[in-house]
Amino acid sequence: MNLHEYQSKNRFAEFGIPIPHGKVATTPQEAYEIARELDGPVVVKSQVLVGGRGKAGGIKLAATPAEAEQRANEILGMKIKGLTVQKVLIDPASKIQTEIYLGITNDRAAGKPVFMASSEGGVEIEQIAHEKPEAIIRQHIDLFLGLRDYQARNLASGINLPREHWKAFIKIANALFRCFVESDATLAEINPLVITGDNQLLALDGKMILDDNGLFRHKDLAEMRDTSAEPEAETQARAAGISYVKLDGQIGCMVNGAGLAMTTMDMTKLYGGDLVGPANFLDIGGGAQADKVAAALRIILSDTNVKSVLFNIFGGITRGDEVARGILQALNEIKTNVPMIIRLNGTNAEEGRRIIDEAHLPNITSAATLTEAAQKAVEAAKGAL
Amino acid sequence: MSILVDKNTRLVVQGITGREGGFHTPQMIEYGTNVVGGVTPGKGGQWAFGKPVFETVKEAVDATGANTSIIYVPAAFAIDAMYESIDAGIELIVCISENIPILEMMKIYEYIKTSKSRLIGPNCPGLLTPGQAKVGIMPGYIATPGNVGVVSKSGTLTYEVVYALTQAGLGQTTCVGIGGDPVIGTSFVDVLQMFEDDPETEKVVLIGEIGGRAEIEAAEFIKAHMTKPVAAFIAGKSAPKGTRMGHAGAIVEGGEGTAEEKIAALQAAYVRVAENPEQIPNLLL
Repeated sequence: MNLHEYQSKNRFAEFGIPIPHGKVATTPQEAYEIARELDGPVVVKSQVLVGGRGKAGGIKLAATPAEAEQRANEILGMKIKGLTVQKVLIDPASKIQTEIYLGITNDRAAGKPVFMASSEGGVEIEQIAHEKPEAIIRQHIDLFLGLRDYQARNLASGINLPREHWKAFIKIANALFRCFVESDATLAEINPLVITGDNQLLALDGKMILDDNGLFRHKDLAEMRDTSAEPEAETQARAAGISYVKLDGQIGCMVNGAGLAMTTMDMTKLYGGDLVGPANFLDIGGGAQADKVAAALRIILSDTNVKSVLFNIFGGITRGDEVARGILQALNEIKTNVPMIIRLNGTNAEEGRRIIDEAHLPNITSAATLTEAAQKAVEAAKGAL
Repeated sequence: MSILVDKNTRLVVQGITGREGGFHTPQMIEYGTNVVGGVTPGKGGQWAFGKPVFETVKEAVDATGANTSIIYVPAAFAIDAMYESIDAGIELIVCISENIPILEMMKIYEYIKTSKSRLIGPNCPGLLTPGQAKVGIMPGYIATPGNVGVVSKSGTLTYEVVYALTQAGLGQTTCVGIGGDPVIGTSFVDVLQMFEDDPETEKVVLIGEIGGRAEIEAAEFIKAHMTKPVAAFIAGKSAPKGTRMGHAGAIVEGGEGTAEEKIAALQAAYVRVAENPEQIPNLLL
């Protein structure tokens, strides 16, 4: 789960990291009021969950409250990489001497979190890693020891931070580490961490990504999820306990298991070529009971691009005939003419296929293999284009 | 021969009286797995499926000589269950439970290095040595004894491939589901080494997916150390970058972990990579 810049920075501040004292506005009038309170030049920053906001024109300076109102008016409602800006953060503008990168993320290969610092702040870390890898100083952290002061000094020294800032830097690094651990984050990043005109360290921009698996013990953070930025169907799927990601193809996929769901998508792409492809990733989980199949089917069909639906269910513990009855019951609830190709495998799969075939539903076809099912789903989708 | 689980496995089930444990334990017993007991704190002294229930893993080990444990409890309790099994000296710990926070897994990953235990998972279907032991949730009928070793990050996709192998007359030594999380106890490389060392395993199937570098490391290992032929399938070619596809580990980050680079690395190690999982048996014939 991604946090907005203002949410990330507010979380940083709870751990003692210095941030600009800005506020969030949802209307130009609010932006005006906040700028007036701040009493000086401000930055109007779009709050959307994508990178490259600056380049897209989503971050603007304003010298006066009237100008802040005008900039907010331009930015609110703007689309950045397909996302509509609904909030702007009004921060006091800072004089900047130096921009630093400071972030912590998980190095899955090492099985440890890794702190990264660079004197080349203000650009994306991937870009620094690509263009100037030697400019990134790394320190792996032992979670039983935590961040040791010498490691923070290694970072400070590695990026040639002037000695007068070390104390403040070490304090910020420690706070960021605690924030990372105590939020079950997978990324906590200050970019840039700046040395201001009056020689103070300040977290000008921040980004946090939280581990969805850790949210059960952070109810307050879980509530920060901004569902307005995601397709309605994804929000519904989460509520139904179904793993769903909307894609831009035409073949709806209903599968049990994440690996098999990806494979099913790949197969529709393999046979669909440039013309048709997967409309979604969907993992229905174990069992494939009628109510869950119905919920998943509603979600798939809410995407109007969908021209055919491919069911690919491996009945492991659940028997194929039970799965078939569940699917028919769900189809009885949801009336649709969209062609459906059903492929069952595993225990009692043949019995399941017989049940599907004998139901004689005009828009339903069964398939014995994944290849056959994918080819039929591709044909059906092409026919409906 | 086989790897990790066989007729000598003495299995203790952590969460034997719970929903998942209660569902899968009878199936493991029916398959012929030597389940020696279970653990449910607060229910010690009871019996479940004809097996004694203990308060702690240590008690179960002392009373039954258990050498393997399987964890079926929800994530919030599975973390403690893994530490408990490590401290009780269990040799092989299989964690089926999903949704374990990655920070907790990284600690367990460090902690287990100081012990003699090996962890499989979490968030995995477990292991199946056909005709000998089923430790996990893989359906038993999909597999038959033979000489193909199978290692996979996936669940149902593994069942597909194993079932296809069985139907093509290609039996298996052991099927190992290592799990699809970013940090797991046992890697592809660990299992590949075991298959290379197992005299009965003649061929190996590797099933990977997008995200991380585990398949790249597997390819490097295969190139440098393996004499046995390997066939592979990588899921997620059509997945967009930066989006999590179900498994916590299945996400392409910063352009790394794509299916294309994994397939290229495996092919460079002379691994035959299938475009379609149904082709795998043909690649082994």
